[in-house]
This record gives sequence, C-alpha cells and structure tokens, in this order.
Amino acid sequence: MAYKPPKQGLFGQVFDVLTLLVLTVGALYIPLYMGLAGAAKVPNPVANPTWQSLGQNAAEQQQWAALGITDPAAANNIITARFDYSFSWVALVVMAVLVVGYFVLVVRLSDREYREVIEERFGEKR
Amino acid sequence: MANGTTSKTQTERLQLLRVLGPAHIWALGVGIVLVGEYMGWNFSVGKGGMIAGLIACWVAGLLYTCVAMIDSEVTSTVAAAGGQYAQAKHIVGPLMAFNVGLFLVMAYTMLEAANAITVGFLLDTVAGIQGHSGLDQHPFIVLSIMFLAWLNYRGVLATLTFNLVITAIAFLAIIVLFLSVQFGASSVPLDFSAITNDPLPYGWVGIVASLHFGLWYYLGIEGTCQAAEEVRSPARSLPYGTMAGIMTLLIAATMTWYVCSGLIPWEYLGQAGTPLFDAARVTGNSWLMVLLFVGTMFATLASANGCINDASRAWFSMGRDRYLPSWFGAVHPVYRTPYRAIVFLVPIALIFALGAPLDQVVTFSILSGLLGYTFMTFNMIMFRNKWPLDTIKRGYVHPFHPLPTIVLLTLCSTAYFAVFLGYGTQLIAMLCFYIIASLWFHFRRYQFVRRGDQFTMPWPKPRGY
Repeated sequence: MAYKPPKQGLFGQVFDVLTLLVLTVGALYIPLYMGLAGAAKVPNPVANPTWQSLGQNAAEQQQWAALGITDPAAANNIITARFDYSFSWVALVVMAVLVVGYFVLVVRLSDREYREVIEERFGEKR
Repeated sequence: MANGTTSKTQTERLQLLRVLGPAHIWALGVGIVLVGEYMGWNFSVGKGGMIAGLIACWVAGLLYTCVAMIDSEVTSTVAAAGGQYAQAKHIVGPLMAFNVGLFLVMAYTMLEAANAITVGFLLDTVAGIQGHSGLDQHPFIVLSIMFLAWLNYRGVLATLTFNLVITAIAFLAIIVLFLSVQFGASSVPLDFSAITNDPLPYGWVGIVASLHFGLWYYLGIEGTCQAAEEVRSPARSLPYGTMAGIMTLLIAATMTWYVCSGLIPWEYLGQAGTPLFDAARVTGNSWLMVLLFVGTMFATLASANGCINDASRAWFSMGRDRYLPSWFGAVHPVYRTPYRAIVFLVPIALIFALGAPLDQVVTFSILSGLLGYTFMTFNMIMFRNKWPLDTIKRGYVHPFHPLPTIVLLTLCSTAYFAVFLGYGTQLIAMLCFYIIASLWFHFRRYQFVRRGDQFTMPWPKPRGY
C-alpha cells in the first residue's frame, strides 16, 4: 500500500518557507550581530613608519605607489596586521564532534526514509 | 491514484528543455568559478602568505579534481536536474537529499551575493580612480541581480550562451594580462622577493589556514551537473565539460597567482577586493586596466548568472519532490524555466548582498560547498557498493577508485580545520542551521513527500535492501 501524503494548505506552505528563511538568515546574521563572526586581523603598527622599517624594498614601494599609497603611514596597518591562530583544543573537539555528529545523524535518518522509498518502489525485501 | 496520474501527466507535459551541449557545460562550470580568480582567492595569501597561497591553489586544485572525477561518474548516471541533490535522493536517502539541496542553494546564493558585492566594489573603485569617490554601490548590486534573474527567467539557452561569451572574454583577459606582463608591458617589475624574505609569515599553520580561501579558486565547478536535465547528451557532455572546466581553472588559477603575487605586495594582496584589476592598475597600462575591468565585470556577472541558474534548479527540484512547497516545482509554460524558484531566490540573494561583509558571505558559501564535498565521499562509496560496475551502465567510470574518495575526504578534513582557524563561529553556526533544518525536515516536512516517487532511475534494487 503506497503512502499517501496529506494535502498541505496555503498557510502551511508559507509557514514552512518562512521557517527555512528565518533559519537561513539567522545562521548568517546572528554571529554577525553578536560580534562573533570573522577573524579580523589585528594591526601591530610600527611607530614612525618608513618603507624600510615596514620591510618594503624599492620594487614593492613602486607597487604601493601604483596602488595609490605613497605614504608609509597609510600602509602601516595593512602591512603589520596579522591573524591570531591560537585556538582552544576544546573548541576544536566540539567542532569535530559537530561535523561528524551532523553527518551521522543525517545518514542514519536518511537510511530510515530510504528503506521506505525502496520498499514502496521495489516491494519488500524477501 | 488519480492524483498521481494527473501529476505525472503534468510533469510529462512541462519539462525543462534539452538544448545544451558540452560548451555550455564548460561555460556553466567555468563561468561560475572563474570569478574566484578575480576576487576571493587572494584572502588565502592573507591567511598564510604568498607560498601558502600557491600551495593552497594546487591542493585545492587536487581536491576539485577528485570532486570532478567523482561527480562525473555519478552525474553521467543520475542525469536529473538538481545534480548532487538527485544523486543523494537515489543513493543515500531523502533527508540527505534535502541537505544537499540546501548546500547547493546556500553555496550558490551566497556566491551570487558575493559577485554582486564585487560589482559594486569594482564600480566604486573605478569611480574613485576617476575622482568620484563615495559611489553608492547598492543600486548596482540590485540591478546586477535583477537583470541576471530576468535573463534566467527568459530561458536557459540564452542564459548559458551569454555565459559562454562573457566567460571566454574573462578567461582571455587573464591570459592577456599574464602574457603582457611577461613581455614587459608593466612599468613596475614583477617582484617575488617576499618569497625569500618572508616565505611563511605564519609558519606551517598558515599553509593549512590558507586552504580555506584556496577553495575559492574552484568553488562551484560541481555546478555543471545542475544542467543534467537540460543537456542533449548527459553521458558525454557532463564529464567532458566538467573535466575541461577544471583544467581551464587550474591554468587560470596558477597564472593569476603568478601575476598578482609578482605585482602586488602580499600584505595588500591578502585583503584586496579585486586583485586582478589591482594587478592591472600596478602595470600602469591603461589598456590592461580597461581589459581587466571588463574581465572582472564579466567574471562576476557570469558567476552570478550561473549561480542563479544552479540555485534555482536545486530549489525547483526540491519543490517538485515536495521537500519544499510544491508551488516551487513549476516550469514556465512558455520559457520552460523554473521561474518561481528563480524569482523567490532574488530577495534572498539581496538580503546577503546588501547586508553582509564579503569575507563572511564567501565563508558561508565555502562552508556549504565543503559540506557538499564531504557528502560526495561517502556517496561515491555507497554508489559503488549498492550498484557495482556490472549492475548499471555508467556514462563515465572514474579511475583509481577509491583513491580519489580518500584524497577528497582527507582534504575536506584539512579544509574544516582551515576554516576553524579564524572562522570557527561561522562553522558552528552553519552546522547548527543544518542540524535544525534536518530535524525540521525529518519530523515535519517529510510527511508531505511521496515515498515511491523519490526513486525514478531505471535501476535494479540496490544491494543490501
């Protein structure tokens, strides 16, 4: 006996789409609004910068000039900014568990659904 | 039963048109991805330095070669709109398919938003050079997305033919820049001294970290299989177009790294919005500047165009299967395009393009892509196990199985760590989103799905079921 899905009304359809929409927008904007997003580089500016103290040779100075930056002070923050790659092992383990757990969850639940699909399409396993 | 018959008849009456050839597939794949050479890839230099950027370019190239090999085999056999979504439906199950559909929509919609942001940024930069700084970028962002959505609405052949032309011009612009610089057209010399003076500013961890944005060189090449239902000969065109596409991109990526790293100080390059255009500015050659301006515009438009095409096919397929409201599964009676899906995704792309920073949007697109590549690894193993080579005819059989799968899984794991270095919060937020969405699908939405209709390929019963 083939499974007969219930009919979904207009309200239900709109509700389902809005749910997904809120989840999608939330996933991007919540970390942004909470200030948790992104790995901003931290500048370590040099006092009284010169091209030499910023480690820029003659060719690089020409390149900066061609890009519209002739004053070393204007390039100070760009040149000295660095990412901070220190991290917490606990956070790394949490991430790993989440990634693996997510795929395990999806594959297991999918397999339950898939068995129904195969059963309906091909008949029960003999 | 009557309902089922009616639904079947309607589907047969209105289907997507089979009008595309291998060149369109190349244009779809390279068109989406080539923008990665024009912007975004250079953040990998910022995360690890020049050497790290080059290693990321090649390692990511290896990752995508594995993706293209695996995808070519499965897609040449599962030729249905939705690409990997249709693969997941037939091989793993409905919930996985729902997730893969979301990966595709998110990855492509975010990429489309990133492209629109770049169009605005580029026009602002050029206006600034001309002495009109402070240009309002928003109208250009909105217009780009609206125009391309309209083009997609009107028909797939015109859309992808347009892509073929502008992608070819954008690719030629990179080659012309490379050759011009080699033959002395630049007033500023190529300088690679940073490679010896400051080879790895972050040490070895920088190489791993740079892989995060290294994916951007090629992200989206797997989108070729979204056109599976609109290709005249899927078994031939899809592998041919995809493999030709990845080769094109490997060449373009290496040339891009070479020119940009030689002409732009790595600290500037690591945060530049339009690196190839900036490289042309450094040469001081007006013709090259105009050419790379056109190349950047065309690359971003081609990419956004392909993204609208792919995201709408994935959304349409989910609507057609009732994973989403079936209203989205409609085909336009005249243009034969998934018009409701195309229109619905426009405001979503705008929300991201108008409100989020470029690196965040790029990261979300990369993360969705990365989850999709991870899926491909176990999908390939399950495909070969459930239907061994002698049980169904494949349009293409990739060599050295399971080596590409193992390499892909290893590189994906490394890429997760690379994203974690600096963008861990986004990774966790994204996973939470997919977990909640999965539970929502399994416990609520799946009740509306017709079970037997989820398997449409003329294959024998899978082994083990």
